Amino acid sequence: MNPISDIFTGKAVSSGDILLELSYLIAALLFVFGLKRLSHPETARKGNLWAAGGMLLAMVTTAILHRNDAGNGIPMANLMIIIIAIGIGATIGWIVARKVKMTAMPQLVSLYNATGGAASALVALLEFPKAMAGNVGSLLVTILGLIIGAVAFSGSLVAYGKLDGKVGDIRAGYMKYINLVLMAVTLLFGAWLIFSGGNPVEQIWAVWLLFALALLYGVLFVMPIGGADMPVVISLLNALTGIAAAMAGFIYHNQAMILGGILVGAAGMILTILMCKAMNRSLLNVIIGAFGGGGAAIDREMGIMKEITVSDAAVLLNYSQKVVVIPGYGLAVAQAQHIAHELDNILESRGVDVRYAIHPVAGRMPGHMNVLLAEADVPYEKLVEMDDINPDMHNVDVAIVIGANDVVNPAAYDDPSSPIYGMPIIDAHLARNIIVMKRGAGKGYAGIENFLFFNDKTRMFYGNAKDSLQKLAAEIKNM
Amino acid sequence: MEQILQFFFENKEAIFIIALSIFLGIEVISNVPAVLHTPLMSGANAISGVIIIGGIILVGHADLSGFTIDLILGVLALIFGTLNVVGGFAVTDRMLEMFKKKKTQKAN
Repeated sequence: MNPISDIFTGKAVSSGDILLELSYLIAALLFVFGLKRLSHPETARKGNLWAAGGMLLAMVTTAILHRNDAGNGIPMANLMIIIIAIGIGATIGWIVARKVKMTAMPQLVSLYNATGGAASALVALLEFPKAMAGNVGSLLVTILGLIIGAVAFSGSLVAYGKLDGKVGDIRAGYMKYINLVLMAVTLLFGAWLIFSGGNPVEQIWAVWLLFALALLYGVLFVMPIGGADMPVVISLLNALTGIAAAMAGFIYHNQAMILGGILVGAAGMILTILMCKAMNRSLLNVIIGAFGGGGAAIDREMGIMKEITVSDAAVLLNYSQKVVVIPGYGLAVAQAQHIAHELDNILESRGVDVRYAIHPVAGRMPGHMNVLLAEADVPYEKLVEMDDINPDMHNVDVAIVIGANDVVNPAAYDDPSSPIYGMPIIDAHLARNIIVMKRGAGKGYAGIENFLFFNDKTRMFYGNAKDSLQKLAAEIKNM
Repeated sequence: MEQILQFFFENKEAIFIIALSIFLGIEVISNVPAVLHTPLMSGANAISGVIIIGGIILVGHADLSGFTIDLILGVLALIFGTLNVVGGFAVTDRMLEMFKKKKTQKAN
C-alpha cells in the first residue's frame, strides 16, 4: 500500500493517525446510537453504556495515538499526569454518583453540567494564546467556546444551588435589563477580541476579563428564574455545554468532539422545548421569568378551606374502593415516597385499589417522580400517566394530593387570566373526595390561588408530607 | 466577510457535520416519553463531556519544563471533564437501574 498523506497539509499520515480517526468515527457513531437508545424505555440503560463506551474508546485512543502538529506523540510524563487527573475525576465522579440520594439527582446533573462547562471554558482559555492573530475563524470558535462554557458553568452552579435550596431567587423586574446589557457587553467585547486583529498573546488580560464577564452573566441569567423552572434551565445549559464542547472540537479539528457536542446541543434544545410544552409555556417566558407575575388579578369568591382530622381521613380512605395518589414537589422535598408506598400497601391489603397519577412535570424534573417512586419499590403498573388517568378520574373515591399544587389547579381550565391557563393538569377536582396534603395554607410556588383547595369536596391535611403520611398510615393500621 | 468565507471553506467538513448533527439530534430526541426526560438529559450531559478529549490533547502536549498556571488549569480542565463524563454516565445508569428493577418485578 502506498503511504497516505493528508490531503490538506500533505503531511505523511501514520497508521496510528488512521486508527485514531477511525476510533473517533466509531465513538461518534456510538454517541448517536447511544442517544437514540436512551430515548426508549426498554433500551435506555444499554444506550447509556454504548455512549459511555464510545467516550472511553475516544479517550484511550487519544491518549495513546494523538500527535501534535510537529508529529510528536504524548510523552510518558504527560501521560502520567493525564492518568492521575482522570483518576481523580473518575473516582470523585463515580463515588458521588453512587452515593447521592435519588431526591438530589437533579442537583447532581446540574453540578456535572457545570464541570463540563468549566472544562470547555478552561480549554478555550488556554488555547486562546495559540490562536493566530487575525485568524477570524479560529478566534471565533475559541471566544465562543469560552463564553458559552463559562455561562454554562456559572449558570449550572446557580441552578444547582437553587435546586439544593442554597440560593434564592432575585425576582426584580430590572434584572432582565441588567442581563440584556451584560449580554450585549459580553458579546461586543468578544467580537472586539475576534476582529481587533491584535496579537492573542498580548490580549490575555482581555480574554480573562471576557471569562469573568461571561461567568457573571451566567450567574445573573439564572438568578431571576424560579426554582420550578430549573429543569428547563438545566436542559438549556446542558445544550450550551454541548455547543461549547463542539467549539473546542473546531480548535482541535476533532470530528468526534464536534459531532458529540452539537448532537447534545440540538438534543438539549429540543428537550428544553418539549419541557416548556409540557408546562404550556414558551422558552422566552421561562427565561424572562414572567411566571407568577401577571394573572391572579381576577377577584373571585374563593370560599373557605376545610380541614380534615387524621381519623376522618383514615376512615375515608379505608372505606374507599379507588384511591389515586397525586404526588408533587412537596413529596420529593419531604422524601415521603417510601412512606407513601407503605400507606398504599396497607390500603391494598384492605382491598383498596391504589394508583399514582404522574404529571409530566411532577417532581423536580420531568420523570423525576417516576424515579423516586421506583426507588421506593412502587410497582411500575401503579404509575399512571396524566392522559390515562384523567378519563377515569370521576370514578375515583379519593384523590390524595401530596405536595402538588399547580399540576392540579383547575384554573388551568377556566381562568384565562391565570399564568397557568392552558397547562395540562391532572383532574383531581373530578374525584368524589379530595384530600390535599400541604405544609400550610399558603399559595404554591407560583403564587397562584388554587381553586381546588376551596372545592366543597376538598379537605386540607396540613403538615409535612412525611409526618402526615406516617400518622395516616398508623391510624389506618389501627382500624 | 472574506475571512468568514475562508473560515467556511477551510472548515467545510466540520460545518457539514454541524448541520447534519443538528438534524440528527432533533430526530433522535423527538417522541421521547416524559418519563425519560431526566435520564436523557443526564446522559446527553455526559456526552457533552467529550470536551475531555480536548483536555487530554491539551495536557498531553503541555510543556512540563516549568510548573505554570497553564498546566494547573489544564489539569483542572481534565479533572472537570472527567467528572462530567464519569459522573454523568454513572448517575444516568443509576436512574435507569430503577426502571430496570420495576420491569423484573413486572415479569414475576
